[in-house]
Amino acid sequence: MSEPRPASPGFRFRPWNLGRWLVWGTYALVLLGAPLAFTSSLAQTLISQAGIAIIVCLSYNLLLGEGGMLSFGHAVYSGLGGFVAIHVLNLASAGALHWPVSLIPLAGGLAGLFFATLLGFVTTRRAGTTFAMITLGIGELVWSMSLMLPEFFGGEGGVTGDRVVGKAVLGVTFGPQVQVSLLIGAWCWACTAAMFAFTRTPLGRLLNAVRDNPERVAFIGFSPQRVRWIAFMVAGFFAGVAGGLAALNFEIVTAEVVGAPRSGAFLLFTFLGGTSAFFGPIIGGVLMVLGTVVLSQLTKAWPLYLGLAFLVMVMAAPGGIASLVLANLRLAAHGRLRAFGRLYAALAASGAAALAGASAMIEMVYHLELNQALGPMMRFGGLALDASHAPAWVGAAALLAAGGILFEVARRRFRVRWDEAQVDIGRVLARREAA
Amino acid sequence: MTAGIALELRGVWKRFGRTEIIRGATLAVRAGERVAIIGPNGAGKSTLFNLVSGRLAPSAGEILLHGARIDGLAPHVIHRRGLARSFQVSNLFTRLSVFENLRCAVLWSLGYRYSLWRLLSGLHDANARATELMAMLRLERRRDVLAASLTYAEQRALEIGLAIASGAPVVLLDEPTAGMSLAETRRFVQLIREVTQGRTLLAVEHDMGVVFDLADRIAVLVHGEVIAFDTPEAVRANPRVQEAYLGTTLAGEAGR
Repeated sequence: MSEPRPASPGFRFRPWNLGRWLVWGTYALVLLGAPLAFTSSLAQTLISQAGIAIIVCLSYNLLLGEGGMLSFGHAVYSGLGGFVAIHVLNLASAGALHWPVSLIPLAGGLAGLFFATLLGFVTTRRAGTTFAMITLGIGELVWSMSLMLPEFFGGEGGVTGDRVVGKAVLGVTFGPQVQVSLLIGAWCWACTAAMFAFTRTPLGRLLNAVRDNPERVAFIGFSPQRVRWIAFMVAGFFAGVAGGLAALNFEIVTAEVVGAPRSGAFLLFTFLGGTSAFFGPIIGGVLMVLGTVVLSQLTKAWPLYLGLAFLVMVMAAPGGIASLVLANLRLAAHGRLRAFGRLYAALAASGAAALAGASAMIEMVYHLELNQALGPMMRFGGLALDASHAPAWVGAAALLAAGGILFEVARRRFRVRWDEAQVDIGRVLARREAA
Repeated sequence: MTAGIALELRGVWKRFGRTEIIRGATLAVRAGERVAIIGPNGAGKSTLFNLVSGRLAPSAGEILLHGARIDGLAPHVIHRRGLARSFQVSNLFTRLSVFENLRCAVLWSLGYRYSLWRLLSGLHDANARATELMAMLRLERRRDVLAASLTYAEQRALEIGLAIASGAPVVLLDEPTAGMSLAETRRFVQLIREVTQGRTLLAVEHDMGVVFDLADRIAVLVHGEVIAFDTPEAVRANPRVQEAYLGTTLAGEAGR
């Protein structure tokens, strides 16, 4: 697939103008309607975790997409927010502190803000590679602190809490999962709206300016360090809110929430969703839950598939899924999308065949290595495969090869047609501008 | 402190290790004056601008803006004191539109700080000022085009736009017409004259046509020293300047 060009100015995501009520209303409807409509425990798990992941990915993108700050330690702020939130919850449970459960995420947010203010002062002095290295260092520092301070971090077992505190208010105890899912939905909506508004403030725009050219920002009167620092605090606050919601959701916070793998996941899924459009991280958050919850249920090799998806996305569409969405919307706006229907079908079919072949082989390797005691027979998508004999391997390899070749053929054609369409649209736009 | 002096350099030195780039430069620019800084390549013209605008700190000497010392201050602090500059190589906010570039540049002077509590769409004065600047720069039709997608001449115009947006009384332009065609240059000099009306202007410029057209006074920088600072006619007649420009005749270039 070709690299999508930046969307034309006419197709920016801007619910603040036309249709803003529709977009934000639909968003609220999805966030609050989903927990009520899908009541199975798996659905509730997915929905509540997706709400949390959306907040954390959006907050991460304030750094990466809006500010050009590649952080390898964002989990520090969501994680510390989670720890403070669960301690506040326990204080409230013990009656030592009057703090409503619905506002526990705020405690997490304030903790995230506090630590981002403190640690961000050092982190945001520099941009680019130096910034990335400092975040990595601070991430390791906090991770090692989590082992050194078991009173706060709870040691290996983590810190547990009970979100049912005191008497029910209007029948709401936050005991049932659906009530927590709704609370998460409400916080998710409010945080999304607040972060979107942030990108429309003077500071939000200066943050973009700092991303593009920090030096010039100093020559228009603002300190680029100060801009980065404040943005870092804002991102830390929302990460902390997400951490606080996670503490309520799981009623346990363990040290791994501040760890580097968690920070890496935030980066990976925010990037997959797309950093250049505001809504990209929302897609990323949903993917994070699908990837880590659903995919990990289906296969032990799930990190391998995620790594592959990340690789493909970096190479084929560095703007993430959001950029693909915007590029296709742009085609549709010029009436060119329909012509791509068959090409997309060909890409999807050949890609699926290649993926099926590849994953059959991956699963067979995993089966032979990890499930030897169960014998060589394994189930794969409704088929019984004998991983110890050649036919299964030959079949899978043939599927991969055929799918791969067909995909490459379709991809080349797609590329040519895509580039043609982009050139045409560019001409139309140029003519419109000249008119 | 002398009244009416906008910018003053007193014995400014800049050394990088043992290399002396600026060697005791002294200059006093009157308020409202247009000064061109000329000199052979490597004379230290850009370094001088970097010292005045805060990109570099001088090794010795004093720089005064409206009588107050600014040497060694951070660029954003110097900007707030009323000195703005442009760059030799376009230095824009590449992924922001023309309008957004200019709006960012007017924020501080209109009293907006690191503001989180208001929306840009509500800043009517900033939006009006940015629109007005676009008209002055003749970039209205390119309002929503990303700075990176502008033509070279448009980028140069926006570059100057960012420098004048705040309304700073002292403006430094570093080779504003570099790389432009003759026709573009002519239009551009007119533009510079318009947008710097009533301000103190310092410009580094290689095009002698532009220099003699624009400047009230010319400062000649050679080996980090100001060897002459006078009206165009006097500078042209100055034997030291002619010696420094060995091989090129100022008069000849000016007549082009």
